[in-house]
Amino acid sequence: MDNINEPGVLLADADVAIIGGGVVGCGVARRMALEGASVVLVEKASDILDGASKGNSAILHTGFDAPPGSLEWKCVQDGHAEYLAICKAMNLPVLKTGALVTAWTEEEEERLAAVLKKGLENGVDDLQLLSKAEIDKLEPHLHSSVRAAIRVPGEYVIDPWSAPLAYLLQAVENDGRALFNAEVTGGYFDGSHWLLQTGRGKVQARYVVNCAGLYGDIVDHAALGNSEFVIKPRKGQFVVFDKAAFKLTNSIILPVPSERTKGIVLFPTIFGNMMVGPTAEEQDSRDDASVNKDVLNMLVEKAIEMLPALADIPVTATFAGIRPATERKEYRIIEDPERNWITLGGIRSTGLTSALGLGRHVHTLLNSMGASFEKRKNVVTPTVPNLAEHLPRDCNASGYGEIVCHCEMVTQREIEAVFNGKIPAGSLSGLKRRTRATMGRCQGFYCSARLAELTEEKFEIPLGVGDAHE
Amino acid sequence: MNDILKSGSCDVAIIGGGPTGISAAITLKKSGVDRIIILEREHEAGGIPRHCGHPPFGIREYGRILSGPAYAKRIAVDSRLQGVEIALQTSVVSIGQGGTLSVLSPNGAVELTAKRVLIATGTRETPRSARFVSGGRPLGIYNTGALQSMVYLKNTIPFKRPVVIGTEIVSFSALFTCKKAGIRPVAMLEENSRPTVRWPLPLAAGFFSVPLHLNSHITEIVGHDRVTGVRFEDGHGTEREIACDGVLFTGKFIPESSLARMGHLDIEPDTGAPVIDQYGRCSDQAYYAAGNIAHRNAKVAGTCWQAGKTAAGWICKDFAGQLT
Repeated sequence: MDNINEPGVLLADADVAIIGGGVVGCGVARRMALEGASVVLVEKASDILDGASKGNSAILHTGFDAPPGSLEWKCVQDGHAEYLAICKAMNLPVLKTGALVTAWTEEEEERLAAVLKKGLENGVDDLQLLSKAEIDKLEPHLHSSVRAAIRVPGEYVIDPWSAPLAYLLQAVENDGRALFNAEVTGGYFDGSHWLLQTGRGKVQARYVVNCAGLYGDIVDHAALGNSEFVIKPRKGQFVVFDKAAFKLTNSIILPVPSERTKGIVLFPTIFGNMMVGPTAEEQDSRDDASVNKDVLNMLVEKAIEMLPALADIPVTATFAGIRPATERKEYRIIEDPERNWITLGGIRSTGLTSALGLGRHVHTLLNSMGASFEKRKNVVTPTVPNLAEHLPRDCNASGYGEIVCHCEMVTQREIEAVFNGKIPAGSLSGLKRRTRATMGRCQGFYCSARLAELTEEKFEIPLGVGDAHE
Repeated sequence: MNDILKSGSCDVAIIGGGPTGISAAITLKKSGVDRIIILEREHEAGGIPRHCGHPPFGIREYGRILSGPAYAKRIAVDSRLQGVEIALQTSVVSIGQGGTLSVLSPNGAVELTAKRVLIATGTRETPRSARFVSGGRPLGIYNTGALQSMVYLKNTIPFKRPVVIGTEIVSFSALFTCKKAGIRPVAMLEENSRPTVRWPLPLAAGFFSVPLHLNSHITEIVGHDRVTGVRFEDGHGTEREIACDGVLFTGKFIPESSLARMGHLDIEPDTGAPVIDQYGRCSDQAYYAAGNIAHRNAKVAGTCWQAGKTAAGWICKDFAGQLT
């Protein structure tokens, strides 16, 4: 906290500062902007979704298997409902697949009754226990050894990157701000206001919401001097199959969940692929998202066991995400009303769904801390470009320029729009998440050169490192 | 918009304007098949040779040695001289029964029905992801195709000191490209006990002062933002690490058969190529596949040129009712 009194630029002065540009931070920023607060989101990376939120299963959960009555359960249900209420206006896609909780052993089959009971307790009352014949009819490609399943009609597939982008964009369009390359290194509370020290300058705010995900405990330590939890990074590796696999299932194929994790899931993606993952591997590093050959092979084997036709389908991509687990299973929501501080910690795979619900929860908590904002009138609702395979893409409208990435049909107009937008991509990964460029079958074999040209001088870490001299 | 595309029908639609497609088009034209069109998704025809900046191209076709880009230009010009229509920046989005194609260009989307379709979409290298190489996913990991199009089409380089994986012909083509662009590979790794290409090409590694490690498997890519190193197991089972700023995955060619796979054509499970009969016909007999998509490897342009001619010959016989 020593450097806090040193002179530094005051970058922003807002009602609410949100630390972290993951899906949770974006959801909170949106909600508080809509509630009339002036918000500023501070992110240490050059773009949003650089931590846990860059790699998840992209499922809109119903909360059927959440701990009954828990805050996680409530935020997931609120988030699920709010997503469906706003997605059309923001041009966010939904693939209404439903999920099947599948039992492959006698022991798993026995546990289905408990899943059904828990679902009912959680208010998800449309669960259906399917007979073997019904499973075969719904999912004819599933391996015949599947014994029984529960259908969860409300589990859907969404775009995990466009959704948070839309949330933050709405905050920004409604007088909010987003600061990048601004790692919070300390903070000082003077009794009414926080002064946060970031890598770029100072940010003043009356209230602070720590949504720093994998770094949540570090930020609490830096600003409050202590943290009530410890982040235990948990890596999850994924394998993405070619789009030819998409037609092999209608539903998200879930295992019977265990106490610790939702297990390895086989699911269609909104982009028209099929994915398998994640693993659950404890590790010390908060940013080592490396993949492992043996684990990837295991995932493919596991996927083929469930869906034998995958044996003939090529793999398109592999990646890993890191979940910000803590020493306990539940969400770690910490309020410090004395210091106008809220921490949203330990939010793992359900965060994509619960982010909107967490935004509402933060609003309630801030109200109880005495903050009162006047709900915004004339709310601006921005839209984001559609990247979903089942809906019209940019190339289906005239004037797109050229197709830059042929595998994913990404247009020159889409790429240029990313840099002219209110939240431009700060890295190649950010561009990929906003457009899908290079994320297809050839993984950049054909389009890397054109992309290097189109992104010249746009990124801190550019694709090209020099000129080719002859 | 091109007349044929506007009309919505043609005799032969050729998907891909590389050596195979162009050669087939010229042959068909010379044989009197008039309403043919090449559908090329890039902004110029010529295919992969467009970004292979080194000789020798054109020996079989023109009896002289050309560089890749010069060859690509020449075959594109030749085809136009023969009256072949090439629709550029025109993508085939999907294929349907009996030769119906969904085609997209900046002028809009059209349905094109061809009596016969020749799929000549070539081949590409297996990317890192599909090779299941352990490690992070920093910037600096590419295939030769991406490197060469960066160097020859955009005059930029993606790394300065990469490790090159593989010892196929294309791997040595990559060494030429590196030399030309001022890139100095720090090592070349080959899993087997001898290089994939035959002598004397492997001598080129020595010529370019690139250490060639045989029996060496890449075990991990290291780096956060950019590649900083590669770990590999050498022939003695010892784990070693080389500092580098990129990894170039060369070869392990796979057929570019996405259209066939996403459509209704049968695919060979082990190679990923469309199933073809002795005439090059696919499981739907309105479709033919020829060139590198059918070679199950990357053959040189001259071989593809010949394959295009042969395919055109079968299509002519087909039109004459001589195929069973």
